[in-house]
Amino acid sequence: MVELIAKSPVADLLPVEAGSCRLVACAPAAITAIAPYAGAEEALSQALDSAHGLALPPAGRAAGTPGARLIWAGYRQYMLVGEIAPDAAVAAHAAVTDLSDGWVVLRLEGAGTESVLARLTPLDLDPGVFKRGHTARTELAHMMAVLTRTGEGMEIMLMRSFARWGVARIAEAMESVAAQAGLPD
Amino acid sequence: MRITCPLCGDRDLREFTYGGAAVYMDRPGADADLDALDAYLHLRDNPAGPTEELWSHDMGCRAWLKVRRDTVTHEILGTALAAEAKRGAG
Repeated sequence: MVELIAKSPVADLLPVEAGSCRLVACAPAAITAIAPYAGAEEALSQALDSAHGLALPPAGRAAGTPGARLIWAGYRQYMLVGEIAPDAAVAAHAAVTDLSDGWVVLRLEGAGTESVLARLTPLDLDPGVFKRGHTARTELAHMMAVLTRTGEGMEIMLMRSFARWGVARIAEAMESVAAQAGLPD
Repeated sequence: MRITCPLCGDRDLREFTYGGAAVYMDRPGADADLDALDAYLHLRDNPAGPTEELWSHDMGCRAWLKVRRDTVTHEILGTALAAEAKRGAG
């Protein structure tokens, strides 16, 4: 049996620092899509709560900690991200799909992350509107993305195939914001 | 133009893709005659005013929405998840 070696598509590009912002790679052990069967949301929420202490969050919200985060990821879809795989009981109520190698998780941290992301997404990410624990599926530099504000910064999930391009666009926006901040008044 | 997604809230047009008239939700039954199928596939009103359309929020939550839009002003008069609108009608 061949031993396959997991390889991050962006590890050699990160971290990137510019101005007050820093872009780093998060490396969750697993990303699992959980899509509830029709009418099974309640039972699924209970199964997740008793197995992992995470009930299904409402639309636009994420629950949990960096090690085990349950993110609302669209219409009838959630993503379990972190160091855990879902309990077997979950599969009775939802379609469970391992997406660990399909998505890349980045984190943009520091002051002024909203200014950087304002160049890439139409979403209003003002801290008064898009608060800690809020999550959104939106467009980021023409790519599908999941944005989640956490205690550490803004977590950005991109599809693996776009990840290098995405890092380049975010780095470009970071440098642009830093350069503008350095201009004389 | 901005569309209010029932799940995501007020979002920019660039997140959405137009999916045609909401007539597509009312497919004639298997025993329908050819005239009904022809009308379902090809015959559309072209109103100057409110019309019902399908929009896919494909850069967002990826749900299909049934949107009531004024073709003259582009005002969005109402939005609903297409799946729920269909269940409500049926």
